[in-house]
Amino acid sequence: MSEQQATPSGPKVKKFMFVNRKAPYGTIYALESLEVVLITATFDQDVSLVFIDDGVYELVKGQQTKGIGIKNFSPSYRALDGYDVEKLYVDKASMAQRGLTEKDLLVPVEVLDAQAMGRLMAEQDVILSF
Amino acid sequence: MLHIVNKSPFQTSTLKTCLRMAQPGSAVLLIEDGVYGATQGTDIEAEMRQAGSSIKFYALQPDMDARGITGKLLDGVTLVDYGGFVDLTLQYSTAHSWL
Repeated sequence: MSEQQATPSGPKVKKFMFVNRKAPYGTIYALESLEVVLITATFDQDVSLVFIDDGVYELVKGQQTKGIGIKNFSPSYRALDGYDVEKLYVDKASMAQRGLTEKDLLVPVEVLDAQAMGRLMAEQDVILSF
Repeated sequence: MLHIVNKSPFQTSTLKTCLRMAQPGSAVLLIEDGVYGATQGTDIEAEMRQAGSSIKFYALQPDMDARGITGKLLDGVTLVDYGGFVDLTLQYSTAHSWL
């Protein structure tokens, strides 16, 4: 663990972005990303989650996983605000490409176009991509 | 021929390539992340409808349910369960399980 620069008011808070681009269940990336977010939340950093390409599918409501024998982890996205992780963004074009609207999602999100998403990325100190 | 596609059409070119090559009268079964190809309103819907005129499309229901997208099933695609999956492999002499 690297040492934080101590300032008079405490260690510097860094901007972390988690980029999610994979659909849930077919691969393990979506779940792994969420687990890293939950751990990172305990370090009180400035966390944003973005969902791009197939990552938008991670937030689709009504996931019923009993038939495939995998635990449904989507309720954890709703629990994130309890960890002060409240900044969730989706890529506008990715939603449109998949025929999805905000009504299909299980949490409130901010919809960003590519330019806005790119500007948000450029502001980050640390980006983890899944 | 039974073609089985398990990748999202937005993640890889697998489904696109499969549809270019699948012969009329063959079947395409979508499983795992492949089931996203069987939903309405996507930008591949037109291509799916076109292909559906000569190919039979199936989607594995447990995989659609898991992803919360069963309600968006594209018409012309038949849902099957795991038993139906097995039946399809018996019905068609050969299976190509695409990666």
